[in-house]
Amino acid sequence: MSQLNKTIPVRSSWRRERSLPRFELLGKIMQKKKAKYSFFMMLAIIVIGIIGPWIAPHDPTKTYYEAFMQGPSKEFWLGTDAIGRDILSRLLYGTRVTLTVAVMASAMTFVAGTFIGVTSAYLGGIFDNVMMRIMDVLLALPGIVLALAIVAALGPSQENAMIAIGIASIPGFSILVRGAALTIKGAGYVEASRSIGSSNWWIIMNQLIPNISNILIVYTTMFIGSAILGTSALGFIGLGAQPPTPEWGTMLSEGKDYLREAWWLATFPGLAITIVVFTVYMLGDALRDIFDPKS
Amino acid sequence: MTTPLLVVKNLQKRFLLGKGWFQEPSYIHAVNGVNVTVNEGETLGIVGESGCGKSTLGRCILRLIEPSEGEVVFQGRDIRMYSKSEMHNVRRNMQMVFQNPFDTLNPKLTIQHILTEPLIAHRIPKEHRQSLIEETIEIVGLSKRHLARYAHEFSGGQRQRIGIARALMLRPKLIIADEPVSALDVSIQSQILNLLQDLQEQFSLTYLFISHDLSVVEHIADRVAVMYLGEVIELAKKEELFQRPMHPYAQSLLSAVPVSDPDEKRERIILTGDLPSPSNPPTGCKFHPRCWACMDICKKEAPVLKDSEGRMVACHLY
Repeated sequence: MSQLNKTIPVRSSWRRERSLPRFELLGKIMQKKKAKYSFFMMLAIIVIGIIGPWIAPHDPTKTYYEAFMQGPSKEFWLGTDAIGRDILSRLLYGTRVTLTVAVMASAMTFVAGTFIGVTSAYLGGIFDNVMMRIMDVLLALPGIVLALAIVAALGPSQENAMIAIGIASIPGFSILVRGAALTIKGAGYVEASRSIGSSNWWIIMNQLIPNISNILIVYTTMFIGSAILGTSALGFIGLGAQPPTPEWGTMLSEGKDYLREAWWLATFPGLAITIVVFTVYMLGDALRDIFDPKS
Repeated sequence: MTTPLLVVKNLQKRFLLGKGWFQEPSYIHAVNGVNVTVNEGETLGIVGESGCGKSTLGRCILRLIEPSEGEVVFQGRDIRMYSKSEMHNVRRNMQMVFQNPFDTLNPKLTIQHILTEPLIAHRIPKEHRQSLIEETIEIVGLSKRHLARYAHEFSGGQRQRIGIARALMLRPKLIIADEPVSALDVSIQSQILNLLQDLQEQFSLTYLFISHDLSVVEHIADRVAVMYLGEVIELAKKEELFQRPMHPYAQSLLSAVPVSDPDEKRERIILTGDLPSPSNPPTGCKFHPRCWACMDICKKEAPVLKDSEGRMVACHLY
């Protein structure tokens, strides 16, 4: 009898939780420490990206002639750079630039990669073969080299950096998606859809994609992390956002010449990149743990 | 009752096993020259052991798997010649109920969404959709309030009802039921079978009922085809087949059905040997290595399905 009393509430709570799949993910994030902290950390970074320009103490492009290469002080919390600009303000403005580029690039990868991966998996045959061989060729080049080539062709700017990083990550993403979609393709409900006479497009949108959404969320999160690194790398070698736009990679590259005299120039942008990328990877890792049926 | 709705003529399906540069391609003959006729309003049961090609046959009829050879004549026309759009129209009249209700309902969609799919696929006007869905879900014994739920919230029997509702949405003429009850508990099996029978009366449906369970087939079928290694070896009315099976394989199969009367004496025919590989079938009659009535001719010449005492048997004994 006592056992019976025990089992009933457990079952009903399980039901309530399962019947709301839309809030399921958020609930699961809150249950795990790592997921929770990285989620809130990410939220904070996004908020900073949005409100950065309003909370920045100074104009990020204004030169303060009385303060060239000053260390952290009351007036300039993180110091000033070689031409007297406030590093904290530049970092805050740069959050938006970096996040925009990374998120837009990942969105591009997500849309194109999902489309290519899912259609190749579902249609199979020659289409699949041709697509995957093209992806293999692109994958043979390291992502950053491919991105460099694209920027070189399009010209250095923030938008082109975004496009380059987006395109460069499509091959890896689409191959991962294709693998996931192949497992769903064999499921009974896909065959049932075919027997009903649904169009391929309908099956892809309603049967395949919802069932690989977990994997898509995890991969996209991970790709945002590498897109931030890619953005900074392009900025560092001068092919990303052009000065005077405050961009972390550009700031890092400006600071590298003064490493001995003014450590704060390169340290703070580097720290910012590290924190953001670390947070994104943590979140991706935590999401993967949540979605992994074995855990 | 006697107009044929579906005629399957010499249907063959080969699956490519392997092909090398200097080697002949090798095939598995999953379905090897099957001829069956399904009359309007009847239930044709198809029985046979695992791997004999029952499910492949069902899928070939729906062209879920493209048959290698043969004809599938549905309502007087060979659907194998149909183009994609014509085939799309035919699917409205041929639907399938699948074996595993845990696999055939998308876990990410609500029942409402699952049942809308056939209506979207066949462009039923939006204003009719909701009433059709509500009507159909109640016909299969569930209620409107179940529509907002997801498949995992239902038991196996309920899921199979949803699967049946999905097949029924477009009011088809032919339903191919591929082992619809074999994944269910015995108590649920009979409910689903009775539901299928009620629906058959209500919508004058025709069933092609694939099963490995003889007692299930005995319950629901009008005529039964017994398959062995991709071939139909006996086709007869249910009563005739179950009372007096003619083909030795059918005899052994039926002797394996448990009897409820403990006093009844029945001789159990136990077959020796395994099911031969369909990629390398025996010569002559495919059943001869396991047959106890094997004659010399059986090893050389394959018997054809022919009329014998008003039923069809493929055996040299008759």
